[in-house]
This record gives sequence, structure tokens and C-alpha cells, in this order.
Amino acid sequence: MSKTYLPPRLTLAVGERDHAEGPPDARLVLVEYGDYQCPYCGAAYPVVKRVQRELDGRLRFVFRNFPITNAHPRAEWAAETAEAAAAQGQFWPMHDFLYENQRLLEDERPFAQHEAKLGLDVARLAREVAGRAYAERIEEDFLSGVRSGVNGTPTFFINGVRHDGPAEVGALVGALTQAARSAKS
Amino acid sequence: MSKTAGGKPAILQAGVKAPHFTLKSTPDQSVALSDFVGRPVVLAFYPADWSPVCSDQMGLYSQVMPEFKKFNAEVLGISVDGIWSHLAFSKDRRLSFPLLADFEPKGAVSKAYGAFEPATGESARALFVIDKKGVIRWSFLSPDGVNPGADGILSALEQLE
Repeated sequence: MSKTYLPPRLTLAVGERDHAEGPPDARLVLVEYGDYQCPYCGAAYPVVKRVQRELDGRLRFVFRNFPITNAHPRAEWAAETAEAAAAQGQFWPMHDFLYENQRLLEDERPFAQHEAKLGLDVARLAREVAGRAYAERIEEDFLSGVRSGVNGTPTFFINGVRHDGPAEVGALVGALTQAARSAKS
Repeated sequence: MSKTAGGKPAILQAGVKAPHFTLKSTPDQSVALSDFVGRPVVLAFYPADWSPVCSDQMGLYSQVMPEFKKFNAEVLGISVDGIWSHLAFSKDRRLSFPLLADFEPKGAVSKAYGAFEPATGESARALFVIDKKGVIRWSFLSPDGVNPGADGILSALEQLE
């Protein structure tokens, strides 16, 4: 083994292009590379919500697409749906709904109903998803993950460094708190 | 096999001629390292088929295959699992590259690359990038429990150009 192991770092900095929650000037930044059909990402979804609550006001959370389409045939559709909702200013409500209804991904109807409930232009959204309007952006997310050491889903980065610990509330809050301390010193 | 002080295997390093091997990829087909002279080869040793995660190391490499193909590189997965396990695993995960069975004599190729863990009887998670002349140009042994991504392999392939 190499003498000192250093986890990989994010190669595409968090910026304007990203979907983000939390204060733009937060000292703590958590980036997730995720797949809407991956059960481990589904399990991590409430974990991230808890971490956000515990670090409320101090954490910026960014989600990037990493669809593993050879294992998850609906992952691309789901990513396109969230991006199309983002184009109408509703990324996070759709992101959350997709994870909360992960088991329903085979059926598009509940998602269309939710789009209408969110006040989205459902016809436009369906057109964009069918035409894979956001394929380039999703691919850019995916490739940035590949070059940053994403090794499966979900993969998290804390202040730009890959989190190799478990995707659990205690481990993530601990690692974020640690990062905050080293940012201060 | 040589060992480092920490008890981890000492894998072959850059600059060393890659040891030759011929291993089965299906019940009636074999793959030899010399089949790929003139092209870069990525060897990915891994502990076992059927690791309990959905997007594991081999699945990830399959998904990243278009990037490897940009370098005309061949990817070969190697573990001590038998060929029937490899076939079922490959089909289940829809893998797009061969898995080779380092089965008999068990772990012989893994040992030749310094990528065998005697304590578990499995291959270590070790990666090698071999250039078109058959020389190892990059190698990496992943720490226990850490699944390496594709970033190191792609950087190494870039540097071959």
C-alpha cells in the first residue's frame, strides 16, 4: 500500500451550476453523488435530512447525479425528472419526492400527479424528460464524480474530501464537525 | 511473497514487467495477458463476487467503460472465485468486461502481483495499469474496506499517452 493514504478530492468545485440547500457562505459543505433508484441512497436520504437539521444554518448540501444505469434502469428517468423540475425552479421538492417514493419508480403516474401539485408545467416536463433535455448535465455530474473518486452510491464529500466512513448520522455529523474545526485552525 | 511491516501484501510497483498469466474467463475460454500486447490493460484484483452493495467496484467500472475505451484499454477483473460464480455474478451485475478465475492453483496470479491476502484466502483490492509493452506503469492497493473508484486508473491511463 502507498505510505500515506489520502482520500480522493472533489475535482469539480461546488458552484453556481449546483443544486444546493443551506447558506451559500456556509463553512461546511456536504456533496452527495446519488442515484434515485439506489436503495442505499434511499436509506441515506433521511440521514442527510437529519444531518441538515442538526447542523442547521451552518451546512450547505449539494446533490449531484450519479445514475448507475446498468443496475438501475429507472435511474436516468428519475434524474431527468428532477432536472426538468429544477428548470422550473422546483428541484428540491422533486428530489425529495423521488426518494420518498423510490419504490414507485416503475410507475410514472404518482410523479406526474406530484408535478401538478407543485404547480409545474407537466406537459413541458414530460416533453423534456422524453427528449432527455438534461442528459448533458447529468453526464457532467457523473463524470465529475468518476474523476473525484466516487466509488458507488451514495458517495459523500465533506469540504471537498471523500467521506470514507459510513453514511450514518453520527459519522457524518462527526466528520463535518471535525472539518469545521480544521477549517478554523 | 514479500510483506510490509503492517502485514499488508506488497504489490508490484511501477516499472516492473507485468507477470504473464493465462486464466479462464468462461468454462471453455482463456484470457492471456499477452492477448493485449499493443493496448493498455487494467487489472482489478478484488476479494470476492457478490459483495453486498448494489453499485460495487466491478459495477462501477462497467458503467465507466466508455471512459476506459477512450484509451483503448482492456479491463480485466480477477478474483479467486470459480468460473461459474463469475458467470452468474457478471450476468447479474451486467458487467461489460471479463472476470478471470484465479482459482487453480488458488490465487497464483494474485500472489505473482503481490495482491493476495493469506489471512482471508482472497485477492486484495489492488489495481494495476499496464502499458502496451507489458510494463506496470501504476499500481494501487486499497486500504481495508475502501472501495477504490476509477479516478486513479483514468489518471494513470492519461499519463500513458
